[in-house]
Formats: sequence, C-alpha cells, structure tokens
Amino acid sequence: MSEGPVVEVSGARVQFAGDVALDAVDFRLFAGEVHSLMGENGAGKSTLIRAITGVLRLDAGTILIDGQPADLTSPAAAQRAGISTVYQEIDLLPNLSVAENVLLGREPRRWGRIDWKGMRSMAGEALARLGVDIDPASTLSTHRLATQQLVAIARALTADVKVLVLDEPTSSLDQDEVAELFRVIRSLKEQGVAILFVSHFLEQVYEICDRITVLRNGRLVGEYMTTDLLRIELVQKMLGREVVDLDLLASRTVPDAMSTESEPIVSATGISRRGVLPPTSVEIFEGELLGLAGLLGSGRTEIARLLSGVDSIDGGVLRVDGTATHLHSPRDAMLRGIAYSSENRKIEGIIGELTVRENITLALQAQRGWFRRMSRARQDELSASWIEALEIRPSDPEKLAGRLSGGNQQKVMLARLLALAPRLLVLDEPTRGIDVGSKVEIQKLVTDLVESGMSVIFISAELEEVLRVAHRVLVLRDRRVIINADADSLSLDSLLAAVTKADA
Amino acid sequence: MSQTNVAAPTPTAGPATKRPPRLRIRTSWVPVLAAVAILIIMFLAAQLYFGRFLTPRLLSSLLVDNAYLMVLAAGMTFVILSGGIDLSVGAVMAFTGMLAAKLLLIGVPVAVVIPTMLAAGAVSGLIIGIMVQYFDVQPFIASLAGMFLARGLCFVVSLEAIQVKDPTVLGLQSTKLGDFEWYLTPTGIIALVVIAIAAWVLGYTRFGRTVYAIGGNVHSARLMGLPVARSKVLVYVISGICAGIAGLLFTSYTAAGYSLNGIGTELDTIAAVVIGGTLLTGGSGYALGSLIGVLVYGVIKVSITFLGADSSWTRITIGVLLLAFVVVQRLIVRRANRH
Repeated sequence: MSEGPVVEVSGARVQFAGDVALDAVDFRLFAGEVHSLMGENGAGKSTLIRAITGVLRLDAGTILIDGQPADLTSPAAAQRAGISTVYQEIDLLPNLSVAENVLLGREPRRWGRIDWKGMRSMAGEALARLGVDIDPASTLSTHRLATQQLVAIARALTADVKVLVLDEPTSSLDQDEVAELFRVIRSLKEQGVAILFVSHFLEQVYEICDRITVLRNGRLVGEYMTTDLLRIELVQKMLGREVVDLDLLASRTVPDAMSTESEPIVSATGISRRGVLPPTSVEIFEGELLGLAGLLGSGRTEIARLLSGVDSIDGGVLRVDGTATHLHSPRDAMLRGIAYSSENRKIEGIIGELTVRENITLALQAQRGWFRRMSRARQDELSASWIEALEIRPSDPEKLAGRLSGGNQQKVMLARLLALAPRLLVLDEPTRGIDVGSKVEIQKLVTDLVESGMSVIFISAELEEVLRVAHRVLVLRDRRVIINADADSLSLDSLLAAVTKADA
Repeated sequence: MSQTNVAAPTPTAGPATKRPPRLRIRTSWVPVLAAVAILIIMFLAAQLYFGRFLTPRLLSSLLVDNAYLMVLAAGMTFVILSGGIDLSVGAVMAFTGMLAAKLLLIGVPVAVVIPTMLAAGAVSGLIIGIMVQYFDVQPFIASLAGMFLARGLCFVVSLEAIQVKDPTVLGLQSTKLGDFEWYLTPTGIIALVVIAIAAWVLGYTRFGRTVYAIGGNVHSARLMGLPVARSKVLVYVISGICAGIAGLLFTSYTAAGYSLNGIGTELDTIAAVVIGGTLLTGGSGYALGSLIGVLVYGVIKVSITFLGADSSWTRITIGVLLLAFVVVQRLIVRRANRH
C-alpha cells in the first residue's frame, strides 16, 4: 500500500447548540483499504462522515486530503476532491429517472444539450456493473428501496472516485445484493480506492473491513486492525464501561409485590408490527424497573414505541390493567397512564423555541384540553417545583429550552412526562449524549421514581447502565427477546456475549 | 467523464429487478394528458352546445388573446417545478407595462424601452430569488413583497392609464399573419417561442434538470453536488423576465399601460400551470402542460362569454377545475408512493 493516508482528520470538533457531537477525533483513511467506523447512536459517526463529505464544517480540527489541507466547504467541493458518498437515508430524487439519479450534475452533453440516449446507456452500464438490470429511463420511485440503494451506489461509482464513503449501504439489501456490493468494493479496493464503510451488521464489518475506528459519545476510542480485534472487544469498546459512583444506586431493592401473584400493569402478548417487530411478549409490574438491552436495530426502540402507542400494533394483544386495549396514539397511551420519552430528544421531544416552563407544562395542558387553560400562576408553580425536584440548571423557567445542555433538556422532558403522573414511564435512551454527571443524576431519579411505585421501562445502549438500574432485563437481538431475567442473575460479560451473538 | 472500472459481475449472481414494461406512460405525464382530455371534451361540448365554436378564428384568437398568460405560465412553471411560488408576476407585468408606456410617452426609443422592460422584470425576480435563497424567506412571502412593491411602483409611475401609440409595440398585436380565418400575431408567436424555449431548457439542459431535482428534494440535490443556490435564484429571474415579456404583450394587446392591469393574473397563471399538470409541491410537470393549462383557461373564458353569463363564472369554473386537479394529483402521487 502507499505511504500516507488519503484522508486524515485530526482534532475534529463539531458542536450543535451546546451539544458536542464530535470532540478531538482523529481519523485516517488509506488507499486500497476498507475502513469501518463503528459506534452506537450518537457516537458521532454521521457527524464525522458529514464533515468528510462537505455537508458540515468542523468547528475545530483539520482534514487533509493526500496530505494537503482540503477545501471541503460543500458536497460539490468534496466531490471535486474525489470523495463520493452514499448516504444513510437514500438521498436521491424519486421524481426523476434512474439515469438522471446516476448521472445528474455530470450528464453527457452535446452542444450544451443533455444527451439523453448517451446518458441512459452510461447509467445502464454503471448499473450493470452492480448486477442491476433495470430500465434507466424509468422513474426512480417505481423501484423498491433496495434497488434505489444500488442506484445510489452506482451514482457514487460513476464519479472519478478516490474515496468512497458508504454510510449503511446494506440496510435494505438482501444477501445476494450484499454479496454483489462486496464484490464491487473488493474490486475498487484493488484499484486503490479508499473506502469508508459504515454498518451496524458486525458480520459484514468483519467480512469486508481491514481497519476499524471506534467512536463513543463523540470521542475517539481507538483505531484497530480488524484481525486484531475480537468481536466481543469491539462491542465492549462501542458500548463502553464507565466508572460511575455506584453508591448512589446501592440501595436498589426489588419490590416483593412484583412477584407472580400480582397482576402486571401492562402485559403484551405476541404484539407485532409488520416489517418492524415480529410477535413479542413483554410484561411489566407495578413498581418494576424493566431494562431493555441490545444493539442499535435490535428492536429495543420498536418495542417501546408499540407499548406507548407511538406506532400501532398489527397483531397480538396489549392489556393495560388486565383489559385488552388498542392504543391509537401516544395521547391514548397517556390517558391510560403510559408516557413515552423518545430517543430523539431534539426531533421528537424538546421544543427548543419554547421556554422551559412551556415545555414542562405542555403535556399536562394538552391532556386537560386546550380550552381549560392553566393559569400562569399554576404554570409557574408547576415548573418551579419540577425544576427544583429535578435540579434543572439553569433554574430560570423562562429560559429557552433549546439553550440548555443535553442533560438538562432530558430532565425537562422527564418533568413534562412526570407532570402527567404516569404509572408507566417508557424512557428510550434517556442518558444518551449527556455528560456523566447528569447521567448519574437521571439514573438516580429513575430509581427514586420506581421506589415511589411507578413502573419504568429503561432503554439504553450501555449494558452496564441497564444492568445497574434495572430489576429485570430483557436482552434483544435481531428483534427477538433472547434473555428475560432478573438483573441480579446477569453479569456484564454474559450480557455482552448475548448481545454480540458470540459464544459466552 | 472518467469512470472507475469494476470487473463485470459474475454471471451467476445478479439480483434481478423486474424491468418495467417498455411502453408505460410516465406518471408525471398523466395529469398533462388529463388536461388534454379535458380540453378536448370542452371543445366538443362547446361545439355541440353553441353550434359554431370550433372555428379557425376562435382557435386563433384563443392563442392570441392569451399570449401574455402563456408567457407568464412558462416562467411560473420553472418556479413551481423548483417547489416555489411567484405571486409577483401580475404586478410586475403591470409595472413593466406602465414603465414602457411612460418611457414611450417621453420619447424614449422603443429599442431601449423593450430591453428595459425585460431588465425590470429580471431585477424584480432577482430580488425575490435572493430573498428566498439567501435570507430564507418563504417564496410566498418574498413574492408577495415583490407584488406589493411592483404594484406600488405602478402608482408612482402614474395613477391614470397611459395610452401607447408606438407602432412597433402596437404592431405586435395588430399585425395579422395568415389568411382571414387562420391567423397569428407576433404576440402569439412570441408566446409559442417562449413556451418552446422553456420546454427545451427544462428538458435538455443541466439547469433545467437541476430545477426538477430541487423540486424533488432540495436536500438530496445539494448532497448530489448540484448548484442549488444559483439555480433557485435563476428560477425567479426567469419568472421575472417572463413577466417583463408578458408586460410587453399585454401593453400591445390593450394599447395602454394602466396601474390596475393584471390584478389577480398571478393566480390565473398558477391555476393554469397546476391544471396543466405541474405539481404544486414541485419536481414534476412540463412547460407544454402549462400551455394546455392556459388553453383550458381560455376556453372557459370564451364559453362563459358565449353563454352571456357573468364573467365571475370564469373564476368559479376555474376554481372548481383547479380543486379537481389538485385532488387528482394527490391521488396520483399517493399511488406512486405506495410502490
């Protein structure tokens, strides 16, 4: 292989409104090598990719291409520098033809006029190299997702590619298609193209990648050769082990009432949703803290969304207090005492343009109905009491929620849900992307809530956290519950082994 | 175009995606064909009802009387395809007409006046485009501001109508080419040429395809490295220039500049474009469709006049038709998405 790296990122830092998405990250990409970027949700993979492909700019740090400082100010500039990208969400144009999607921006032209015939044949050839046989003149939206993904890859390959970035290119491909893609990747590799391959399928990473860089919470964990890194080590590095003051949570007691004689407050029997979750059963008792563990895409979020009415179920029975119910919306669920906090704090949770007070009182007001407006005094009282109880900082209720740190935003969201006095609280990654201090506070808060009789479903990518907080743990892999056991009977190693599918 | 070579696929592995049947009408043409069908049905119905409707004279006048609207619709097609809207065109058309009338009145030669009209339209479009692209103003608001500005400027030029006596300008409308029955005026020719150019640019240039890309998904277009910012501004400039041309045609048609000309014309234009099969959300449509849309509008107007009904019925009919078309488009889009 050649001398220096083709792409060299050093000291990369990116910040979004108070949240640090990437901090002091170094990253190298070599010619003729397939390099995988690994990490959980919010680890900073996408942010790093977006920086390399010119979608966003680094707040600090440098990117060198072939040893030269690169001017990656726009996706167009990155493409001129030889960086081709297939993004995670298929970023194509469904309203245009397949040929245009492959070649738009570099169509063959004759006297300034697009040579449609030449374009169709060029696109056809590019697709044929991927083993795809479709009419290049057909509209993209008429093809299924997997084909569209291959079209996106064909687009990336028709450019003069020096660096190929593939962000989850296989998420909708079947096995044959993946094999075909890998064949192309290998052939490009032999030609000296540097390839960045991101996937959360460990098997694929181990099959195709030479080198792995692991990120966690926006920081670099390390760079490893694939052959030197065992799967279990990789997962460990992705999920992390943080030393946390365990004393805070030492007083965990498993309530006795939770044993078999009592009725579960929510019991789901074989609930499913087509294409999302196969039939799955879950039960949760009063005062219980149920942890859901599993890797990204294992089904942990899917279960949470079905239990709390965000997505509706296709099959199976969901019982709340023993009565079969159908939850049509989160509002439905809330009226039955089930509150859901999304993993997407920014998109599905906090409304940054509203004040902390408004964010806290929002859900309660919605439940009361908009015609019975809460008085300002009542709102002030309510928000003040929650700010105090949850130690939200800064403690000014009139501060815009968007200005708060991630941890405090999370607390505001919790306050909003707690103001509804729910019986079951479903928390999807409540501690993701927040600092260790706030993390411990939230864990403590959740344990306190459970002690006061509330039931909580706690989802986290960090196995250790789940193990420490929960009474009972469900471990998911490939959308299936593979372990359902008391937290005390599980060890971190056994969890790790279960999650990674390696032999324990 | 340099390409990276990849070895040919092994004959065994080949994820086969079914090739769609060759002769299938693209979904994007369906609304246009629907508009053509409606036009034909209206022609036939009017012919049956009025007896003498489909005459060469009427067909010729249909084209000539709506020439200004065709030009506006051509420009509007660009804007709507990009996912935007331009409410300023009626007012800009009136303003450029006023400006021309005033300049001609004070003795400015027509060879200067006409380029000035086009330039005025282009500048107005440029301002709107910059507001939309660089200041993130909603196209609706930006072009509304442009509309008020242009309309206000009309009153600054003159409150009264200004008669136009220039033989060149009037000749655009009064020169009749052809025999007594079939005829075409220079205004009609200009309109057809503008439509043809618009169709060519949209179909065969990189800029044209970028407009479709932006209307399809701005985000994707940017990630693909297409010149989004430039194209988005240019779309409004084109619409402005078209408004300038329409100002010329309308002045020639009415032989005067008047500050209350073209009130509501922007809405007629949008209606014609949408009836002609362009999706209001952008990304799908054709300049030829907009031509059909204008003709549908014209036939409705003429039929209402033939009936001797109040002219407000034109608007009502257009409104109903527009509603029907928008619903049809939604259904088509929904069906396409279900794929």
